[in-house]
Amino acid sequence: MPWKTVCVLKLIHTVMDLYLPIFVILAIASGLAGLIVVISIVFGPRKRAQVKAKLQPYESGMNAIGQGQRRFPVRFYLIAVLFILFDVEVIFFYPWAVAFRQLGLYGLIQMLVFVGILFAGYIWVWKKGALDWETMDK
Amino acid sequence: MAIKDLLTVTAPAICAVGGTLLLLLDLAIPRGSKSTTAWAAFAVILLALASVPAQWGVSTSGFAGMVAADGYSLFVDGLLAVIAALTVLLTLRYNEARGIMRGEFYPLMLFALSGMMLMGHATNLIIVFIAVELLSIPLYVLCGFARPRVDSEESALKYFLLGAFASGFLVYGIALIYGAAGTVSLTELTAALSGPKPADSALLYAGVALVLVGLGFKVAAAPFHMWTPDVYEGAPTTVTAFMASATKAAGFAAILRIFLFGLAPLMETWQAPIAVLALLSMIVGNVVALAQTNLKRMLAYSSIAHAGYVLTGVAAGGDAGASAVLFYLASYALTSLAAFAVMIALNSGEADENHSLDTYAGLGRRKPLLAFVLAVSMLSLLGIPPTAGFFGKYFLISAAIGSGLTWLAIALVITSVISAGFYLRVIMTMYMRDGKNEAPIAGNWPRAFAALTATVATLGIGILASPIVELINTGIKSIVR
Repeated sequence: MPWKTVCVLKLIHTVMDLYLPIFVILAIASGLAGLIVVISIVFGPRKRAQVKAKLQPYESGMNAIGQGQRRFPVRFYLIAVLFILFDVEVIFFYPWAVAFRQLGLYGLIQMLVFVGILFAGYIWVWKKGALDWETMDK
Repeated sequence: MAIKDLLTVTAPAICAVGGTLLLLLDLAIPRGSKSTTAWAAFAVILLALASVPAQWGVSTSGFAGMVAADGYSLFVDGLLAVIAALTVLLTLRYNEARGIMRGEFYPLMLFALSGMMLMGHATNLIIVFIAVELLSIPLYVLCGFARPRVDSEESALKYFLLGAFASGFLVYGIALIYGAAGTVSLTELTAALSGPKPADSALLYAGVALVLVGLGFKVAAAPFHMWTPDVYEGAPTTVTAFMASATKAAGFAAILRIFLFGLAPLMETWQAPIAVLALLSMIVGNVVALAQTNLKRMLAYSSIAHAGYVLTGVAAGGDAGASAVLFYLASYALTSLAAFAVMIALNSGEADENHSLDTYAGLGRRKPLLAFVLAVSMLSLLGIPPTAGFFGKYFLISAAIGSGLTWLAIALVITSVISAGFYLRVIMTMYMRDGKNEAPIAGNWPRAFAALTATVATLGIGILASPIVELINTGIKSIVR
């Protein structure tokens, strides 16, 4: 065989070695999904009931009360933004907690500074009334 | 270890901590007496300013080589602190008159100032990115501070959208540089690039170009200048003053660190693109400014032109280029601050804001001192001796000729001559035309003090240029490479 072909074959071999488990999972997953669909078509009830509930996104959920795009108070937006801010910042705690012993006192002080900044922002948001649902419109 | 690291960023840290505390302190200050917040911010800035001479002479790096404290960064700290302190003095009456005397103004200014100072300290591209964000985000808010005035909101939105886009360029460029050179530390980058050319030089060049785009946006260099006139015009004039002088100085502080020191081995690669940006900025800024009838817009285009002048010094490269750039930044910042001080004085009354050139007619007779401040500022922007602007341009031109960029030096001179067309028109309007604008201008000593300090500094730097140049040169000698 020419050497280029050998190289390509070797490459394919390595890739197959690495990705074989993934291909197996892929095959099993798609096979199972296809099987379930086929089974429900073959054995399922044949009645095509044209009731209103059948045409809704969630058949057993609450009855729809209108369109999906509605106007809603901007207050929700503010709360969501504040939530994202604090939520994302708190994620920093996880790596810190995992490496707590290695980081030692220096890490603890750094984290206290970080929490201090976060807390200052929290106090400001609170005092400005951004968390006060009733008076937020003013 | 921790304290030693913190000492390398003393001035930015003072501003950041002071801003945070001021935010909390401001909650206890009643609505009518927000000038207390302003004076507290003034005190914080003076404290940061005082830390500069106290540290002068150090040359260390901290936080595992991510930031440096050397004469260069300390000079930038000092310059920015002076500009911010004078700006606070200018805000007192203006913000009251425009109904934007809210407590958050000053903590936001301090946060932006801390980011600007960090730009001079950063010796790592990641820190440069953080500093750019830290200076930009408070400025986005400050631009929209005159809510619900529509043009202020428009200015904030434009600045925010385009600024976010430019940040994307910057961070992508940093990623490509990391991909090519394997490091984001400027000192390691210099070492990595000094040897044989890396295999992925195309990747490296693309990264450097994208970083240049990101920072070029911040300093308003053509062709990344489109936002400048609208943002400068819409933002409250005090914010425009702060942006025009301080942001430009901070942006160039980072450009100098990155290009003249970090990427120095690549100089023959980036010299030509930067020279072209300089030429474009000078032409676009000066020619378009000729057509303006609004002083604020005219100064916006003039700031684009001045970004071009400063880029000439960057393209010249070397310690001579760096020294010329720092000198020009100091002179431009103080000069433009003086011009904005006059605009703020004229718009601190009951009437709506109006920056049309016609309102300046007859100012020479009506308010001789204000007219004098504006006239000196215009002469310095034009580059007439004995003002600071003349010596700034002189150093830039000699640096450019020294490194063989004679054509760029000639372009600088020609575009400066073009700029006489609009700078001198302001002076003629003030002294030779009779004005209909008789709106009274109430005196305000902090504002007058700031305007006079800026004017005296403009003249003083011009007359006593050599001590400043020596200060800058000692600073550059002690730079952490």
